[in-house]
Amino acid sequence: MPEALLNNLYIFVLAMFTGFEVITKVPPLLHTPLMSGSNAISGISVVGALIITAEVAGASDLILVLGVVAVAMGMINVAGGFLVTDRMLEMFKKKPAAGGEQ
Amino acid sequence: MDFFTVANLSYLIAAALFIFGLKRLQSPATARSGNVMAAVGMAIAIIVTLLETDFANWQMILVGGIIGALIGSISARAVAMTAMPQMVGIFNGFGGGASALVAISEFLRLLGPEHVMTNDSGVSIVLGTLIGGVTFSGSMIAFAKLQNLMTGAPVTWPLQKSVNSLLLLAVIGLGTYLVFFDQANLTVFLVIIGLALVLGVTSVIPIGGADMPVVISLLNSYSGLAAAAAGFVVDNRVLIIAGSLVGASGLILTNIMCVGMNRSLANVLFGAVGTADVVAGSVGAGEHAGTVQSVDAEGAAMTLAYANSVIFVPGYGMAVAQAQHAVRELADVLKDRGVDVKYAIHPVAGRMPGHMNVLLAEANVPYDELYDMDDINHAFKTTTVAVVIGANDVVNPAARHDTTSPLYGMPILNVDEAERIIVLKRSMRAGFAGVENELFFHPKTMMLFGDAKESVQKMVTEAKTA
Repeated sequence: MPEALLNNLYIFVLAMFTGFEVITKVPPLLHTPLMSGSNAISGISVVGALIITAEVAGASDLILVLGVVAVAMGMINVAGGFLVTDRMLEMFKKKPAAGGEQ
Repeated sequence: MDFFTVANLSYLIAAALFIFGLKRLQSPATARSGNVMAAVGMAIAIIVTLLETDFANWQMILVGGIIGALIGSISARAVAMTAMPQMVGIFNGFGGGASALVAISEFLRLLGPEHVMTNDSGVSIVLGTLIGGVTFSGSMIAFAKLQNLMTGAPVTWPLQKSVNSLLLLAVIGLGTYLVFFDQANLTVFLVIIGLALVLGVTSVIPIGGADMPVVISLLNSYSGLAAAAAGFVVDNRVLIIAGSLVGASGLILTNIMCVGMNRSLANVLFGAVGTADVVAGSVGAGEHAGTVQSVDAEGAAMTLAYANSVIFVPGYGMAVAQAQHAVRELADVLKDRGVDVKYAIHPVAGRMPGHMNVLLAEANVPYDELYDMDDINHAFKTTTVAVVIGANDVVNPAARHDTTSPLYGMPILNVDEAERIIVLKRSMRAGFAGVENELFFHPKTMMLFGDAKESVQKMVTEAKTA
């Protein structure tokens, strides 16, 4: 198995484990922002779209078009995802203390 | 230090920011800054990629990026909070679609004369296309169902499970053929794309609206895995790491949902709860097995105003009626009278994990009044009144004892242990899952018929003067 692939597999497995560990402690209260926030992070595919569009070798107009569409779609995911998550999190307020802090 | 090193170190920083950001979602106090951290990580990853590569057509790419950013931000700002589930769904679909397009573009690039597809890149390409395609079309269907552009009920046909399995096997089979035997076969690849899109549709269409939280969560996971596959395709580490984080996160949430319903994932995906035969088994609209006591807003308000403790149980119906602000007003009136007010949130109430929490937060309900099922279930027996607003299956006692019920075994909120129960419902028609709720016929229960928002607003007026 080529070394690059092997390295990538290592990274994949370790990252999955990290993901499991980090997420299990999120309380149900925050599940929706978690969904929305992790959805925003999955917009990382825009990086892949940028790379594929830039690749000169074997490029064609079709690939350029597909790449640009992919960039647009990825940016929708990124921009929309982080903003929606922020909107949700903005609303989570604790009961104001007797002194009226807020 | 050459740029390649700088770029990869920056990717590492971005990945670290994603991980820290997700970790900070553990508490409402740190959650918002966690989201910002993840956004900064994303910005770093994007900027570094832009700097690292030479773009011949950067103008087109820039235009594409800006259009996408505008569409995303404007819809994120403009959309009402109650449309949250479908917004997350559709954004998710776009992300999955982008990953699929990356895989497809790489395949097309490798079709060129000097380029050869290795077995590993071939596998990554097929996987990226399959997972990304399923995510894209599946998310579109989920969006349509939640947005009521199509029916929320399960849409089934004979041999559905077999057909879906066949579609999946076909993709795997064709993919194996393509990668190991006939690498330049564009036709086969196009068939694979088509099958993936169809599979996305046919997998999500039999899911009833009540099971949507699970599906959204699963699709979220898929989009992460699609991004990871794209990372294998273009050999980019930040894609693999971020994709795996999201993939793992989605799988955990999906599992939590399934545990919350006491059904296996297979049962949710293929069980089609609420099919026609179940509805026929329960009695039709208007008739029911037994009588219900009904009450008007004044009577209900009186009961609440003189109660010691009240627990509100919200469900999807509250979201539909947009009653959450009125509920909070009612809660404020009751709290002024010294009534103890809590909210009980079932893990699968609503159409998305944590749906009810977000709605109530939007209505300015302090989040320490919201309790998970496990934390509040023991409290019902010492509560004066439980008020069920638009929740149905999650409070149906049949889940405890009726082995013929599709809900059997699902953990429910012990609403029937409260001294008195008030249920707000439009009419006696069976809810989304099409299952009759025996709670409604319980002697302790009073039904308050009508639009939830109007009923609650009337109760607010009455309770102030009670």
